[in-house]
Amino acid sequence: MTATAIDTEAPAGPLARPGKGRRPKYRLAPIGLAGLSIVLFAVFFVWPGSLGLIYSFTDYTGIGDYDFIGLANYEKLFGDPTFYQALTRSLLFAVLSVPLMYVMSLTVASLLVSDYAKGRAAAKVVFFFPWLISPIVAGVIWRWMFGESFGFVNYVVSELGGNPLAWQTDPDLALMVVVMAATWGGTAFNMLIFIAALKNVPRAYYEAAEIDGANAWQRFRHITLPSIAPTSFLVVLLSSLGAMKEFAMVQALNGGGPGTSNVFLIQYIYETGFKRADIGYASAVSMILLLILLSIALLQMWVNRRRGA
Amino acid sequence: MSTLTTTAGEPRTRKARKAKELGSAIPMTAFLWLLAAVYAFPLLWFLLSAFKPGSELFQYPLSFLPEDPTVAGFEKAWDRFDFMLYFSNTLAVALTTTVLTVMASAMTGYALAKYREQRWVRIFFVCLLATTMLPTEVIMSPTFLVIRDLGMYDSFAGLVVPSILTVTGVFMFRQFFLSVPDDIVEAARIDGAREAGIFFRIMLPMSRPIIMTLAIFSFQWRWNDYVWPLIVVGDERKFTLQIALRSIVGAENIDWPLLLAASVMSILPLVLIFIVFQKYVMNEDINAGLKD
Repeated sequence: MTATAIDTEAPAGPLARPGKGRRPKYRLAPIGLAGLSIVLFAVFFVWPGSLGLIYSFTDYTGIGDYDFIGLANYEKLFGDPTFYQALTRSLLFAVLSVPLMYVMSLTVASLLVSDYAKGRAAAKVVFFFPWLISPIVAGVIWRWMFGESFGFVNYVVSELGGNPLAWQTDPDLALMVVVMAATWGGTAFNMLIFIAALKNVPRAYYEAAEIDGANAWQRFRHITLPSIAPTSFLVVLLSSLGAMKEFAMVQALNGGGPGTSNVFLIQYIYETGFKRADIGYASAVSMILLLILLSIALLQMWVNRRRGA
Repeated sequence: MSTLTTTAGEPRTRKARKAKELGSAIPMTAFLWLLAAVYAFPLLWFLLSAFKPGSELFQYPLSFLPEDPTVAGFEKAWDRFDFMLYFSNTLAVALTTTVLTVMASAMTGYALAKYREQRWVRIFFVCLLATTMLPTEVIMSPTFLVIRDLGMYDSFAGLVVPSILTVTGVFMFRQFFLSVPDDIVEAARIDGAREAGIFFRIMLPMSRPIIMTLAIFSFQWRWNDYVWPLIVVGDERKFTLQIALRSIVGAENIDWPLLLAASVMSILPLVLIFIVFQKYVMNEDINAGLKD
């Protein structure tokens, strides 16, 4: 994605050549304009990033001296069942929430651009509203809905004659609540992106297909989906990265519970790094998570390229 | 002959078309509003519950509307929970950061868009994009150490400075300034304007819609942020709202009336901003710029 963006934007020949003589005059201006950002980038991304990489090979606890212990942190990591649990739980969460998020955002966006649906402007506000809600408050809202002995959902379940479900004490049901809450909160922004993409699909395509007798599903499948493929790629990529770093909402929803069954990777990093002050080990987890994020992005770019080619 | 058939046929096809349209309109509208109800319900339930007295919250059968509406929870949040302190802490951080974010993003975005012929500018842009892969959450503990070594732990500066730079903001401005013709810059240069003057007096005023949108976005990010304040702040007097709310949820026995009321109050400023600036917030065209 980034590489292609840069290639196409390299200055065109005719523009660059006559400029060569007088360009150096403007050398200071961009440094002055971007200077603050460059400093911030160096101090708050490059510096902690490199520290993280270095510390992941040490036994640093945040104070005093530290020794380089080679790959010991990584070895410990790969033999640590709690790390595997956090890793698989995060991946499971991403696998469940990303498709749901995609389907919901696209469905909502399609309805909101459809000529047939009435009251679209008001409905759009309703769907957008969760964007205003912070992850912490979203966690509170869903915790309140799915309380085991007092929540609305279990009340309805028992009114309908069912047994109250263990939304808080069953690990898998607790994960379902997290998935629902994440989808609820993430739909708004993805929906906006999809609306913009759907509006850009030429209407003539649909009219032509209708004349050819294509039904609504066929039109959606063979015109809409291919036309918005780049946007789909973006939404899936951003949602996957977002899912892998889910943290705040779970903190308020169930704190990674019951017990430690729904501790995701970021929470695991937080707990090892801050509560146990095992910064070396936490940094090793960070580096692994970084690799995962990077591979998710590269994998999806690769799939996207192949499909496009 | 032909005219006759069309005039005779038209009402029928029109009617059929209308019937077909109605046949699509009813299920589509119903589906849309069913989904909207599903999305709105958790929020409504939460909102209405905040007005219920503590005894009614856990009393079966549950009622949708509060039977005995009260603002006791809100009073409690105001008095006992130090709501005003956390509120003003958060407001100060969010406002300061937003102003700085908009300035830094506009300047950087302009530099990245209009000085692309310099190699380092293009490299810096790629570096910025790469930070999408390296969010703060991932490198929490080394970030904490950097904050500590800079002497920013538990300080206002610690809450503001690290979150000034956002890739999204820079990207929004860069996309906007790319769409501004270079001729304008060249013309101003020929007229003798200095580079800083071109930016501050010509380009910045042109980018007003982006400034507004990013300002609202940034305010929302900072208001709702949990991770930075969690890393930077330890002193309870310096908590932001999100951290303070988390401390209620994290308690052994959750004080639900207090929690619900405080949470409702915490979202009010954003609701207000949303109502006033709706067109900037839900502007798909600007958000769509993020996709390239």
